[in-house]
Amino acid sequence: MALLSIKNLTVTFGEGDNPFRAVDRISYTVDEGEVLGIVGESGSGKSVSSLSVMGLIDYPGKVKADELTFDGSDLLSLSANARRKITGDDIAMIFQDPMTSLNPCFTVGYQIVEALKVHGGGSKKELKARAIELLKQVGIPAPESRFDNYPHQLSGGMSQRMMIAMAIACNPRLLIADEPTTALDVTIQAQIIDLLVNLQKARGMGLILITHDLALVAEVAHRIVVMYAGQIVEMAPADQLFVTPRHPYTQALLRSLPEHSAGHARLQALPGVVPGKHDRPQGCLLNPRCPYATDRCRKEEPGLQPYPGNSARMVKCFYPLNDEGSPAV
Amino acid sequence: MSEPILLEARDLKRHYDVRQGPFKPHATVKALDGVSFRVERGKTLAVVGESGCGKSTLAKLLTLIEQPTAGQLMLDGKDVSGASKQELAQLRQKIQIIFQNPYGSLNPRQKIGAILEEPLVINTSLTKAERKEKALAIMRKVGLKEEHYQRYPHMFSGGQRQRIAIARGLMLNPSVVVADEPVSALDVSVQAQVLNLMMDLQDELGLSYIFISHDLSVVEHIADEVMVMYLGKVVEKGPTATIFDDPRHPYTRALLSSTPRLDPSKRIEKVKLLGELPSPLNPPAGCPFHGRCQFVQDRCKSEVPPLQSLQGRLIACHGVEEGRL
Repeated sequence: MALLSIKNLTVTFGEGDNPFRAVDRISYTVDEGEVLGIVGESGSGKSVSSLSVMGLIDYPGKVKADELTFDGSDLLSLSANARRKITGDDIAMIFQDPMTSLNPCFTVGYQIVEALKVHGGGSKKELKARAIELLKQVGIPAPESRFDNYPHQLSGGMSQRMMIAMAIACNPRLLIADEPTTALDVTIQAQIIDLLVNLQKARGMGLILITHDLALVAEVAHRIVVMYAGQIVEMAPADQLFVTPRHPYTQALLRSLPEHSAGHARLQALPGVVPGKHDRPQGCLLNPRCPYATDRCRKEEPGLQPYPGNSARMVKCFYPLNDEGSPAV
Repeated sequence: MSEPILLEARDLKRHYDVRQGPFKPHATVKALDGVSFRVERGKTLAVVGESGCGKSTLAKLLTLIEQPTAGQLMLDGKDVSGASKQELAQLRQKIQIIFQNPYGSLNPRQKIGAILEEPLVINTSLTKAERKEKALAIMRKVGLKEEHYQRYPHMFSGGQRQRIAIARGLMLNPSVVVADEPVSALDVSVQAQVLNLMMDLQDELGLSYIFISHDLSVVEHIADEVMVMYLGKVVEKGPTATIFDDPRHPYTRALLSSTPRLDPSKRIEKVKLLGELPSPLNPPAGCPFHGRCQFVQDRCKSEVPPLQSLQGRLIACHGVEEGRL
């Protein structure tokens, strides 16, 4: 059974007949020991969807879903207290900017111990010993002295390690990492990603890695979800997605990477931007930017369907691309 | 025809004096410690390195916002350090800057027209109508529409704001544009649009770019020459193809191998870097990189490696010099 299972999750903001759908009927599952990559540009709803799993969407946001279960228990019908027990204990999250996620008024040791105290407890001495053990696991040098540091005394990479230590403090079974390395330098990014993947393997956790960096998920994820304007447009095993993208948006994203164009050639840029609150088109949301759009795309919305002949891949397009990268008519 | 070398830096240094406390002696941060390079007309020099390596200090010196502590900066054959105030004002027009974050670099209370015309108001005696005409011409060039002239920055997306920032940089017909991480705040698909625009403008106007970035795949695409910096010093510098196909300095190799790659065949064996960039207040003796280098030997800890020409590039590494790397 899947660890986390989401069916038709919708998050809306605003009142009235036509509220803004930040996340629009998305469904996916994460298994134990699996790394799921969620990619998309800003405004595609990748962060909002994971916040809603954590129960962190505040009023006026509304979360609706046909199914939102963690290990068989329905997260939406649980009481707030019971849900809080699961989030933090079994599901943990790491945020993008480590500098602003830590409380500047308390030592990092205090903040890690706080998490341990709420979810388990023990004597002061035991808690401190466990916190130091955690700091060791995430590769912090001289953990005993770092325990008493305040966040401003730490570098960006070090703060992100602290956040990871805090997140894994209660042995979560699912870890959601929302752009964990975007604020960091490349060499530190490589260290942090290594750390996350090693922890994931050692503990058999499920890991949801949210990022806009396609190359990054290509290296570490097993399965990848591509989001556009709040919807899932493609879902596929990582090794297949980058070789034969089936959705025009995935193809365009890959082609716009500098890595894809040789020498000084112009990049194959996707014209336009992700539609915002007021300019979502009718039909397929990509149609104003899609080079293959037809009249049908401008009127009807395609559903997320299995790709013909490969049930492991899902694509939301009337004319999914073939191996040569042109649309099937 | 003017001579091909447009911008030349000779042993450029910028040191900052830092107070550490009322009773402690002042310390010196060597943000930039002896950097030399030349940029030809119409070419792009990329400056690569982690935060704290002196990239932005270099940008400040090049745009004449700050004066170097030592060393020479030659712009179009003129020595900048000896220039008078009037001459500096003239020289500043030749070299313009585009900042990283288009959300922070545009005044939210000014309309696009006013933002674009401000450099003209300060530096030229054009009339109002002439200024508007010029602003509209540049807006067309960077792909903005005429009606955008009357709008405020908050009405634009990140990519369009960066177009505005580029347009502002071009208002005074500069010959050099310093681009400080111009696309790192943008989404992938928009990043490609802005990079295309920058390359088109370079072809059309013959601009030279100093392209400061930490994204190596972008650098590989846009640059003619790459300069890798570490703690205020150049560690490796050479033509883009040479550096990317065959990096020699252990730090360059680590940077390249840490960059995630889509194409599995382009992934190279990961070179693990231990630890983080040391504090520039207290740089290590010898090679600045030795604390994180896996090929470190005793010589690296005591002797600063000079930047020398080896294997078709400039490189500062004892290991490469001795032939063991």
